Amino acid sequence: MRGRGFLGFVPLQVEFRRIRLPEAHSGVLGGSKTGRGVSAPPPQPKGSFKVADTVVGANPDPHASGEDPNRRDFIHIAAAVAAVGAVGGLAWPFIDQMNPAGDTLAQASIEYDLTKVADGQQVVVKWRGKPLFIRNRTGKQIADAIKDDHADMRDPATDESRHKPGKAQWLILIGTCTHLGCVPTVGGGDYGGWFCPCHGSVYDTSGRIRKGPAPKNLEVPDYTFLSDTKVKVG
Amino acid sequence: MLRQGFALAALGLAFLSGSAVAATTMEEPKGIHWSFEGPLGKFDQAQLQRGYKVYREVCSSCHPMNLLHFRNLGDKGGPFYDPKYPNPNNNPRVKAIAKDYQFDDIDSDTGDVVKRPGVAADTFPKPFPNEPAARASNGGALPPDLSLMAKAREGGPAYIYSILTGYETAPAGLTVSPGKYYNPYFPGDLGSFWKGVADKTPAGGFIGMPPPLADGKVTFDDGTKSTVANEARDVSAFLAWAAEPKMEERKSFGLAAMIYLIIFSGLLYVSYRRIWRNVAH
Amino acid sequence: MSGHSNYEPKTGFEKWLDTRLPIVRLAYDSVVDFPTPKNLNYWWTFGGILALMLGVQIVTGIVLAMHYVPHVDYAFASVERIMRDVNYGWLIRYMHANGASMFFLAVYIHMFRGLYYGSYKAPREVLWILGCVIYLLMMATAFMGYVLPWGQMSFHGAVVITNLFGALPVVGPSITTWLWGGFAVDDPTLNRFFSLHYLLPFMIAGVVILHIWALHVPGNGNPTGVNVKSKEDTVPFHPYYTVKDGFAISVFLIMYAAFVFFNPNALGDAVNYVQANPLVTPQHIVPEWYFLPFYAILRAVPNKLMGVLFMGGAIAMLFILPWLDSSKVRSMRYRPTAKLFFFIFVLACLILGYCGGHLPDDKIIPKLTTFTLMDADMNSMVWLSRIAALYYFAYFLVVLPVLGLIETPLPQPESISSPVLSHPANAPSGAAASPEKRG
Repeated sequence: MRGRGFLGFVPLQVEFRRIRLPEAHSGVLGGSKTGRGVSAPPPQPKGSFKVADTVVGANPDPHASGEDPNRRDFIHIAAAVAAVGAVGGLAWPFIDQMNPAGDTLAQASIEYDLTKVADGQQVVVKWRGKPLFIRNRTGKQIADAIKDDHADMRDPATDESRHKPGKAQWLILIGTCTHLGCVPTVGGGDYGGWFCPCHGSVYDTSGRIRKGPAPKNLEVPDYTFLSDTKVKVG
Repeated sequence: MLRQGFALAALGLAFLSGSAVAATTMEEPKGIHWSFEGPLGKFDQAQLQRGYKVYREVCSSCHPMNLLHFRNLGDKGGPFYDPKYPNPNNNPRVKAIAKDYQFDDIDSDTGDVVKRPGVAADTFPKPFPNEPAARASNGGALPPDLSLMAKAREGGPAYIYSILTGYETAPAGLTVSPGKYYNPYFPGDLGSFWKGVADKTPAGGFIGMPPPLADGKVTFDDGTKSTVANEARDVSAFLAWAAEPKMEERKSFGLAAMIYLIIFSGLLYVSYRRIWRNVAH
Repeated sequence: MSGHSNYEPKTGFEKWLDTRLPIVRLAYDSVVDFPTPKNLNYWWTFGGILALMLGVQIVTGIVLAMHYVPHVDYAFASVERIMRDVNYGWLIRYMHANGASMFFLAVYIHMFRGLYYGSYKAPREVLWILGCVIYLLMMATAFMGYVLPWGQMSFHGAVVITNLFGALPVVGPSITTWLWGGFAVDDPTLNRFFSLHYLLPFMIAGVVILHIWALHVPGNGNPTGVNVKSKEDTVPFHPYYTVKDGFAISVFLIMYAAFVFFNPNALGDAVNYVQANPLVTPQHIVPEWYFLPFYAILRAVPNKLMGVLFMGGAIAMLFILPWLDSSKVRSMRYRPTAKLFFFIFVLACLILGYCGGHLPDDKIIPKLTTFTLMDADMNSMVWLSRIAALYYFAYFLVVLPVLGLIETPLPQPESISSPVLSHPANAPSGAAASPEKRG
């Protein structure tokens, strides 16, 4: 039907295809196309009966070739793309809401006053839900660690790489055994570092794995010295 | 048309069914404009800073804000937001404000209760440790928490502004209860306190809070004149932010969503008309 | 469910699946190939809108439940944590709260459509009753959901509604105690309301599936109320109605977005931003707007038990409606007298809602005092709600049964595809002028 379209023009081929449609097959509701007088109306001048095209155009058989011109129209593709875009755009908030919330992130960093840790002692602090070892190493412990820098070990690392420059005395490590997550005890094991009682992992005074099943050294978190006596972790 | 009208009327009903209480009266809140009103409104950061100062120096002695943390002051849209510090925990002004206060902590060696300076993660300090203490210090009245006050009252920030600037001497014939103050913008039923003509009962009620603001009470760092009206306006804006810190984000997301939806509706409409073009219906 | 399926699996995987679990066939038959009357107007798009809103509420609700704490000491603060700290929590919360209102708006329009076009009449009685069941489940879900933020209105609204059960004779107080799990609305009540609020929407989803199944047996009704006679009266659901519903949904979403983003607290109550205090009752206890008509009916009756029974009766009317309406004509398009009574019915429902939002003693015309009848002045909300409630029940119990017997309907079209303009030479006998007149 001309003039019914939203846009100014009507692609001619649309009407052509419509008129060439095959007759209706038996559908869900049965009944043939030629029921009572109404369904096959006599030819009428165009414009007075909107129904003339309906009978042929009403049920395009989607399997007949060239039947569904709508499929290829740009506008339908654009609308479908916009729909997918809307769903995608709305999906992000629903995914992001599971990320750590504002108050969780606020607990993400702590500041610690190092004067509380006596020489040779270790303090355990809770950080991001995990134990954090802050150890004030003695000179001997530091020397022992440096001596073993190139010894045979599973996860080689120099002691220098595991503390801040000029601050060898302070070793800050995440207190979770890299094997299966138990908390190692300080001072135990052959090297005077740490010993994990769960499966016998032994760490040295630099927190490097020396014996036992743990695959990696104790992890060094991000931290900075705000002053000589204050450190910010995370 | 009529049927569409009914659908819209059903929606409009929602707006009609606000409370219309017979005996309780109050003056309508004063009409005042805010930088954050309307679909494109934004908070004025300088105003929020002044408002925070008013809260801190005047209101916080009695009114808690238990839902606010110091770090919220440094969040996007907040009074002390600094783009250089997207994580408010690092924001130096926020940390400085937090350090002004002492909070209880446990000594990890002895287990004693000790004091430590505040950090960004702490909540705003409570003026009173519990409700009975708050009532005892305020003549039996409980100063309400202000975290959501701008959303918890009809009229929102305009209501708060009206109360703060609306204190009046009680008209002759009105007996003010001891320890209370007449305020025409505070809801109340003054029929039994009024000795004048019955249908000229003054609107308003008795509020337990004495007029909290005065000219010059809070010195504004940016030089804004320290009048009661300015103090009230700024603290009301601050409370509006405190009640809904995500307001700006909500409106900007909304603008994008509306534009998208309008375009999307247009596309779908054209698609719909194209599909139905040859079907008589 | 009836008739032959046109689905032809194309790929190997489709064929393999089709012989084991013909779920693609089911989807194809239900929403792609399904023959739908071609004359459906926009009132028919609300079913699709409702399906969307149910999905929205379930998704936003499950996400909220990841952060909400159903304990009296933490509930209010956990909701504020969602609003302030959870990423996009404010969006999800406002979507859920306003989504409930949109859900009810759509369901009321959907129900009014059913009343006007006779969608409840044979053979669609079970479809209608399933819809009433969905409506009941929605009301229970919404009531319990509103309690969860544990604001002043949450708490005191719960007190009022749970106390209603105390009106039942003999068993009433025990039932109320059983509902509360204690001597008052308290933590046990909140916890169980959270559990049930999470459960009920999935029951709604199940009944919705039955509802659509029951619809697909006879097929959709249509604005003429005349049965589909042949395939020419129908079009396949896809793309004709998938796209039309999509358009209606996007317009609906514009309204939804206007609330969520620019006026999210317009449909709520400010006092619910105050934490629940059992010792202080708000000035004015009001349920959410979608319950206001029933609230008005409850308060219209001076007796507590009778008020509860009338409020329940108002909902019960819906269930028995298919057997109350005696008319053989489905659509009120062809029932001019019934149409008039219907519009007054809609007006009565709106009036009941208006009254429900006011105190019973509030004056309709301010400052005017007339005479007192029974317990209240005639110029009061309670009398207005009594009149409106009277009409509500009369519409179901008197108007619909009687009108069907005595009215003369307009001539209906022979079929959906009948000519728009009738030509005397061409029109089938009996069809009068403009049978497809929009009404």
